[in-house]
Amino acid sequence: MATSLPIEPAPRRPRLGSVKRIIGFGLLFLIVIFYLMPLYVMIVTGLKEAAEVTGSTMWRIPTSLSGGGFGEAWRRLSPNLITSIKLVIPATILSALLGSLNGYIFSKWQFRGSNLLFGLLLFGMFIPYQSILIPMLQVLRWLGIYGTLPGLILVHVIYGLPITTLIFRNYYANIPSELVEAARIDGAGMLELYRRIMLPLSIPAFVVVGIFQATNIWNDFLFGLTIITNPNDQPITIALNNLAGSFSVAWNVVMAGAVLAALPTALVYIFLGRYFIRGMLAGSMKG
Amino acid sequence: MAVSSLETGAPVEPKRSRFRLSEKWLAPLLLAPSLIALFVFVYGFIGFTFWVSLSNWRSATRDLSLRDPIWTVYERLFQMPRFQADLRNIVVYTILFLLVTVVIGLGLAIVLDQQFAGKPFFRFVFLFPYALSFIVTGVAWRWIFNPEIGLNLLFEQLGLNRVLGWFGMGPFKPGWLTNPTVVGDMRTWFPGMDGLFAQMGIPLAMIPVTIAAVWQLSGFAMAMYLAGLGTIPMEVREAAQLDGASTMQMYRQVILPLLKPVTVSVLIILTHVSLKIFDLIYAMSGSGPGFATDVPGIFVFEQTFRATRYDLGAAASIVMLVLVAFVIVPYLARSVKEL
Repeated sequence: MATSLPIEPAPRRPRLGSVKRIIGFGLLFLIVIFYLMPLYVMIVTGLKEAAEVTGSTMWRIPTSLSGGGFGEAWRRLSPNLITSIKLVIPATILSALLGSLNGYIFSKWQFRGSNLLFGLLLFGMFIPYQSILIPMLQVLRWLGIYGTLPGLILVHVIYGLPITTLIFRNYYANIPSELVEAARIDGAGMLELYRRIMLPLSIPAFVVVGIFQATNIWNDFLFGLTIITNPNDQPITIALNNLAGSFSVAWNVVMAGAVLAALPTALVYIFLGRYFIRGMLAGSMKG
Repeated sequence: MAVSSLETGAPVEPKRSRFRLSEKWLAPLLLAPSLIALFVFVYGFIGFTFWVSLSNWRSATRDLSLRDPIWTVYERLFQMPRFQADLRNIVVYTILFLLVTVVIGLGLAIVLDQQFAGKPFFRFVFLFPYALSFIVTGVAWRWIFNPEIGLNLLFEQLGLNRVLGWFGMGPFKPGWLTNPTVVGDMRTWFPGMDGLFAQMGIPLAMIPVTIAAVWQLSGFAMAMYLAGLGTIPMEVREAAQLDGASTMQMYRQVILPLLKPVTVSVLIILTHVSLKIFDLIYAMSGSGPGFATDVPGIFVFEQTFRATRYDLGAAASIVMLVLVAFVIVPYLARSVKEL
């Protein structure tokens, strides 16, 4: 009979053998190149002068540091960048506030049929927006806000409701009901409870929802494209697409424009990545 | 209120019940503005779009009278070679995209599940594209797949074509997005398909589109799998290792089955994203040569806003909605039932 000491191996994460490790790292390196290549292309091409964006020097790094296409891209796109900022801030704040209130009710004040309503609400974030465009534009015209920023904000707030409500509902569901009950015994009403107890506890959820919605709205294309008709008032994604589609604009300007359009969401991801990922997993959806 | 009830010693029941009664209505009342707005904007609008698809609205002037026979536009739609090509493209793209994204996402997650230096950097890089808009992605990849200046030029400069020449092969110069070739034709295999007008094969121009989409969304699959891996208790891994399972065996036989719910979620979410694809292709190639990269999302947009064929655009958008609903409704129903 074996009489080895009952020493269990220390808990550890799995490790791969060394040969496999080298192969693995080689593969990983190639994959990293694949992921970084488009970023390299955008930044390097954007920094080049028009003369360098031809023929054999396409993949080379720029020879001078003059800012390349960025000046021209900024001149063309800055009005649209400002439009996007003016769109994202109010739309994000409004949809977050409404989502918070809805999430609070759906999690702590369930009533008969509330789960069904919640399910019907959630369906709204999965639909292809092509299937609502025609009546939506008619209604915006009827309201007198077709072609305007308030119209676009309204649409983003409404179609943002499912995802913001979902994230807040799940967040509030984890707040112990005892806390709510205790405050209720003290005589606090539904709205007082929300204001005094839930809202102060909601800062992390607001950060997650805010980042998620701001990114989504910044990156939207279809709504901006169909609702705003004047090119100068269109959000950045539409302006970038127009820039890329016009044959008179050199590639260095287009790529610099792509960097400008990507920069805000990229910065959010770089500095607030943790919250970004949380929102992405909570929403588990894109597009 | 609590204090006063203590003083009198009387139960606060009457007051509370009135309080409760008003609150019973307050909950739905507070939800009402959001819910009414959303239900109008989702269900009301879908209903209207469906009506438009059955109407005579075929030009810039609105005409909501119903067509006779009522399903004419759907019959027309499914007989259009372009829409048949769109359905072919979306199926090919969805399958390719799902396969590659899930494999890469799972692979990266397993790699990042190991212990090694620089892990946060890799995770950061793989998820980065997810933060960008499809338009940015499309613009960048359109450049990369430009046959004159993009990857082809890089391959040439790296000497790849010279190496191919040694083996007697021609230079590697694919047309990428400009290639109208469709490989294979299912119509020759399935007799029932010979009524179709579009060649039922794999449109090669769809491959660059898939690569760009994988670049953007594989990080999402990776993050989902990493979150799933994080919920698997250490004891499970230890038990597998104690049983003498190699790392590969452990992942294949123990961890992967445990990740099945994650796989289901990833597949459903990615399928619906893929069926809705519009921005990325619109920025990369549009309809493509011979509609090689055309998809329902682009068809709807062009029929409605470029050709003012409102009935046709609406009908195609309803087809899109039905496709998405097939995937999403069971998923949603199950999630809500679990509440």
